Amino acid sequence: MGLTRDEVAKVSLLARLRFSDEELDTLTTQMGQVVEYIRQLEEVDTESVQPMAHVADIHNVLVDDVPRPSLDREDALANAPKRDDECYRVPAVLGD
Amino acid sequence: MSDKPYEIIIGLEVHVQLQTQSKLFCRCSTMFGQAPNTQTCPVCIGMPGALPVMNRRAFELGLKTAVALNLDIPKFTKWDRKNYFYPDLPKGYQISQFDLPMSQNGWLDISDPKGGFEPKRVRITRAHLEDDAGKSMHDEAAGKSDSRIDLNRTGTPLLEIVSEPDLRSPQEAKAYLTELRLLLTYLGVSDCNMQEGSLRVDGNLNLHINTPEGQVATPIAEVKNMNSFRAVERAMAYEAERQYEVWCENKIKLGDSPGGHKTTRGWDDGRQVTVKQREKEESSDYRYFPDPDLLPVIVKPDEVEQVRAELGELPAAMRTRLETTHGIDPYDSDVIVNQGRELVAYYEELATSTRDGRRASNWVQQDVLRTLNEQETSISEFSISATALAELLKSIQAGDVDNTRAKDVFDEMVRSGMSAGDAMAALGIEKVDESEAEGLCRELLEANPKVVEDLKAGKTKAVGSLIGQAKKRNPNVNPGQFKDMCLKIVEGM
Amino acid sequence: MSVLEFTATELLAELTVGNVSATELTRVYLAQIEQNDEAIGAFLNVDAERALTQAKAIDQRRQAGEQLGLLAGLPVAVKDVLCTKGWTTTCGSRMLEQFVPPYDATVINKLKAADAVLIGKTNMDEFAMGGSTENSAFKKTHNPWGLDRTPGGSSGGAAACVAASMAPLSVGTDTGGSIRQPAAFCGVTGMKPTYGRVSRYGLVAFASSFDQAGPLAMAAEDVALLLEAIAGHDPVDSTSANVPTPSYTASVREPIKGLRLGVAREHFGDGLDGGVDSAVREAIKVFESQGAIVREVSLPHSKYAIATYYIIAPCEASSNLARYDGVHYGYRTDEKEMLAELAEERKTLEEAGDRAKLEAMDTSLVRMYRKTRSEAFGPEVKRRVMLGSYALSAGYYDAYYLKALKVRRLIREDYDAAFKDVDLIIGPTTATPAFKLGEMNEDPLSMYLQDLYTVSANLAGIAAISLPCGITGEGLPVGLQLQAAPFEEEKLLRAAHMFQQATDWHTKRPR
Ligand SMILES: [Mg+2]
Ligand SMILES: [Zn+2]
Repeated sequence: MGLTRDEVAKVSLLARLRFSDEELDTLTTQMGQVVEYIRQLEEVDTESVQPMAHVADIHNVLVDDVPRPSLDREDALANAPKRDDECYRVPAVLGD
Repeated sequence: MSDKPYEIIIGLEVHVQLQTQSKLFCRCSTMFGQAPNTQTCPVCIGMPGALPVMNRRAFELGLKTAVALNLDIPKFTKWDRKNYFYPDLPKGYQISQFDLPMSQNGWLDISDPKGGFEPKRVRITRAHLEDDAGKSMHDEAAGKSDSRIDLNRTGTPLLEIVSEPDLRSPQEAKAYLTELRLLLTYLGVSDCNMQEGSLRVDGNLNLHINTPEGQVATPIAEVKNMNSFRAVERAMAYEAERQYEVWCENKIKLGDSPGGHKTTRGWDDGRQVTVKQREKEESSDYRYFPDPDLLPVIVKPDEVEQVRAELGELPAAMRTRLETTHGIDPYDSDVIVNQGRELVAYYEELATSTRDGRRASNWVQQDVLRTLNEQETSISEFSISATALAELLKSIQAGDVDNTRAKDVFDEMVRSGMSAGDAMAALGIEKVDESEAEGLCRELLEANPKVVEDLKAGKTKAVGSLIGQAKKRNPNVNPGQFKDMCLKIVEGM
Repeated sequence: MSVLEFTATELLAELTVGNVSATELTRVYLAQIEQNDEAIGAFLNVDAERALTQAKAIDQRRQAGEQLGLLAGLPVAVKDVLCTKGWTTTCGSRMLEQFVPPYDATVINKLKAADAVLIGKTNMDEFAMGGSTENSAFKKTHNPWGLDRTPGGSSGGAAACVAASMAPLSVGTDTGGSIRQPAAFCGVTGMKPTYGRVSRYGLVAFASSFDQAGPLAMAAEDVALLLEAIAGHDPVDSTSANVPTPSYTASVREPIKGLRLGVAREHFGDGLDGGVDSAVREAIKVFESQGAIVREVSLPHSKYAIATYYIIAPCEASSNLARYDGVHYGYRTDEKEMLAELAEERKTLEEAGDRAKLEAMDTSLVRMYRKTRSEAFGPEVKRRVMLGSYALSAGYYDAYYLKALKVRRLIREDYDAAFKDVDLIIGPTTATPAFKLGEMNEDPLSMYLQDLYTVSANLAGIAAISLPCGITGEGLPVGLQLQAAPFEEEKLLRAAHMFQQATDWHTKRPR
């Protein structure tokens, strides 16, 4: 199952990236090489192995429900590329 | 439904905001209705470097709900990231639960005391904890180009409750939601205010159509944007008919390619129709994986038992108890219980001290609820206490006042805040002396020989005209007493 | 001799007795940066005024006889991946070129509480992805030992600034070797603590289950000093370990009697540079001469470490970097241009009557995202986001991600077994000394293979340190890696100090 250019193009939408035709070609080759390399894991017998999502054996990290002050709105919005006095602004989320 | 050649299959996904003080993964306040973007911090804005820590209370409320919905609580649960891009989702993913939710395989019983459908057990697939997104506001006034984003709501704890496709009509769907909302309010886990978005419903619907070739299923539509239970009922009804019409036209079945996949539709309340929503083919590829920033939660069986022990009485059990203890009908227990715990307490106090559950039920349902409605208030703020109302009902039982006049007394109590006794005195209501009543009775019988004749013939209804006359002479006359007395005198004639 | 040759520990003593003030010391390092950083390029941002203000305040408090923090008056450089309130934090990316965090990372808070002087923010591979610091969007960092060489990465700036005496202490981060490999390439001592030892709060995430901040300095003693200042449980990082922090400065000088060292055959395979090989074998002999017992250990799954890492890390990264969408902070593409581009495309498709493509066209919001991200992320970041999105996408999760999580456990179990028999595992940090700038640009896979000896520690979440143990014929430093079981940083520091007592590789400076 080699990685196809079509798949790479599809993933680019999932990842909200966009590539020129040339970039897509390079990327298909490069990702293909990595995927090929990664497939060596197939030879490892993991039949009875539990996946390890966390290295630390910690659980039940919960904190009390006590509100604390939030950021000043100005600090929250300070880094926004486009904003008004109250909100972040983006191209219409509906329509077109 | 039976006149239609199909069966409606509905499953509901309900998102409820849990009533915590702070958000699920940060300590920003969850208060509703604050100025935009005043309740955010690096964690809930998804600022680079910020990390989540789970709110204990939110988990406990989720657990409480899960136990009340008869869900199994696995020992081990974890959080996953659901990845998608949207401006009101600042992290680029929602923290949710995928393959190991905190609860699964439960049920909720629903019934209709009016007999609209048979009582049934609706299976609940799962209930899991996740964080809410913010709000996108499309600013029509400012032109079509921009949306504004408010992240105050971002990170509010949500419990997603998913039912199996066990509902067979829009009425059942509504009943399920009503019962679920009631349960959640009894538990105190959510205020379930749909206007404020603390309860949101998505409905999955399709049809099983009987054809000469056997039963076929239509493609499933997920209907969103239903802003009231009424809207859910209407949207489901509309969608069922729409799917049948579409089926008659194109005969596309669930799973057919093309056209047989699940679609998303939005309910347009103004036009009362569902509308297809634009979607991308990749939109459902959420690339779930365990959130590396959050650790699993392990729940011990005795913790679950502890939660179960502290649940308190839930609506279904309460209805049954009211019926057996106070002798009322399922219809009545339903009305009372559906009003919430406080009204039930009021009713029970009234029923116990008057030892007449039915009378108490009638007064609560008619007079108390009517007044609460008129005053737009709740039982906790109602001016007449259960003790005060009990005094009035006892006067009725003692024959000091008849039912009709008692309504006047009640209104006077509401108006003036007086006790039942004082209100009766103020209205000049006093018990008519027995001899006075008897004199009046004989006088009227003498003046109405035709009535006496009828009464002798066993037509007891004839006494009604005398009661009217008696009331005119003395409004305090108790109709019941007066009738008994007339019959007794006629018998002795 | 110049204060620049002092270790941080020695400088602290000078500061304490008043031989030098924090202000004087800060000026010396600022002058050193002024003089050398044009050629080295270790810093992205130096704020002399900020540093001097801090230094003055510390001097005043010292004069007033106040109790001061652990690092009182010592300049510390910080990798530009740690959020600094009111001070630009770029992660080496166009995306965050203008980003000014409204909060401090816990590590920064701790440095401030320890009365360190924050002297500047160091260059790095974009979002810590890379092994040469060439992926920085802003500048290349040159290895002080040879300006045509890479300092390593991603903490290339952090290592180079110590090597070029532009800071006595520096904080880097290590996701797959990003502290140890540059430490090795630049001839300094650098530690990746146990996962959970140092808070990740405010450390801009690359791969959350691997990322760890850690110290770089001239000597193990200094690493102990800085680690003691930044380590500790943090209630706002759920993955932070709730264990006490030992006093590393108190124990670092105690030699370990009967130290048991494990040598893994897997660390001496093909591709190991001859100079590196002999320097590491020489180092083992030094330990033996100090009474250490050396035995062979086996890490049979370590050969799968790169493959495992290059599944899990990009998966986490693809999700961690989804927040950079041009909405709430950071770069956004030019909207007018974007809308014009869309209109043009629509027109072309309409003229061609291509209804399918018209249907599938990006909305303006989607195009805004795609253009923003494509313009502001560099090629390596895009590659990894793509790899991760692919590996997590429908149909591939079990084959890649889940499989990798299982192998990850096997790698950890190898270590658990090995540490039953030995205190530390000893071997090379990298297979070669610093390679030339530009050498690996076109070949991501061979760049990834550079991490062979370092990634396992991140996969297993254990602690590891790299210290200089030789200089190759080309005049480039060689790094020796010691690895220890979780939370055994003390052993690493004590062993490293033993070695540095017996040798002087750590005192060697370029030129
Ligand atoms: Mg959900
Ligand atoms: Zn917050």
